[in-house]
Amino acid sequence: MHELSLSSAIVETVERHAAGRRVKLVTLTIGALRQVVASSLSFYFEIVSRGRLCEGATLEQNVIEARVRCKPCDRTWTLDEPNFRCPECNGSDVDVLSGTEFEVDSIEVIEKETKEDEVPCIARK
Amino acid sequence: MHRTKVKVAEDALDANATIAQANRADFDRAGVTVVNLMSAPGAGKTALLESVFRDGLGDLRPGVLEGDVQGSMDADRMASLHVPVTQLNTDPGFGGECHLDANMVRSALPSLPLEEIDLLVIENVGNLVCPAEFRVGEDARAMVCSITEGEEKPLKYPLMFRTCELVLVNKVDLLPHLDFDMDKLLYNLEAVHPGVEHMLVSARTGEGVEGFRDWLLRVGERAGTPA
Repeated sequence: MHELSLSSAIVETVERHAAGRRVKLVTLTIGALRQVVASSLSFYFEIVSRGRLCEGATLEQNVIEARVRCKPCDRTWTLDEPNFRCPECNGSDVDVLSGTEFEVDSIEVIEKETKEDEVPCIARK
Repeated sequence: MHRTKVKVAEDALDANATIAQANRADFDRAGVTVVNLMSAPGAGKTALLESVFRDGLGDLRPGVLEGDVQGSMDADRMASLHVPVTQLNTDPGFGGECHLDANMVRSALPSLPLEEIDLLVIENVGNLVCPAEFRVGEDARAMVCSITEGEEKPLKYPLMFRTCELVLVNKVDLLPHLDFDMDKLLYNLEAVHPGVEHMLVSARTGEGVEGFRDWLLRVGERAGTPA
């Protein structure tokens, strides 16, 4: 259900930048800590974007791994489970360097609409 | 066909964040501190608030914004304690949202008695996932985690546990009756959000509730300072 809310937010952001143009590709940057399920996000995006400028657009999701730095021992590591303690000193004074992103990085839009760009429909041969 | 790449580089939740900031500015102007209280359904948010408000908060005048998908049962409980309460149902908007967002709270602003209160507790919709994503203009975030939910909750919902500055571990009166390992819960909590403040409480018996009251009073004094 998290992905449904996020899909709506993505579509809103994309439409603002598309300025009326049809969108073919949406590229996202998603941090691992956001716990986004890629297949679920694609599924909801497809539903939420129906009848909108990004209907039928491809959703590209680039996942950024969660990197953490222990301040006292300056050790940097990648999280593979939600344990933020330093594996070296067991300390908890850590900085999250990456992994919290949830950005629309870029979109690809069609500048000039031609017949082929229309959404395919059954009536068209 | 001519395709153009448009650089966006924008947080997808920017629109929500902008409205949250506007809410925050309005709350600050009115001198009202706002706490976003979150939990899974049935963890005891309303019961804890009842327990705290029953004896009042001294000079601090509280108010509650009740977020629910449907119904006003929780608001009715608050009203019986003579605490100003405003009901916010998420179902007229987009078909029963599972969380409050900044825009929903904005829509409730005109009906909030901001002149009559110093502290607004926003009781979010019971859910450990989506509410963590949407700031609503709060000064502080707190959550309730009841022991009947098990010891693994922080590991399953790290986003929520990491976003709160206070974790209230509720229903501790049930400890003798459950196979619940408190050390394990606290260990998991420390792993997910090292150093986060936590309190063991029972809304039912009142145990530990004094600590939550003190925390609300402390947060109340922070009014107007950035979170």
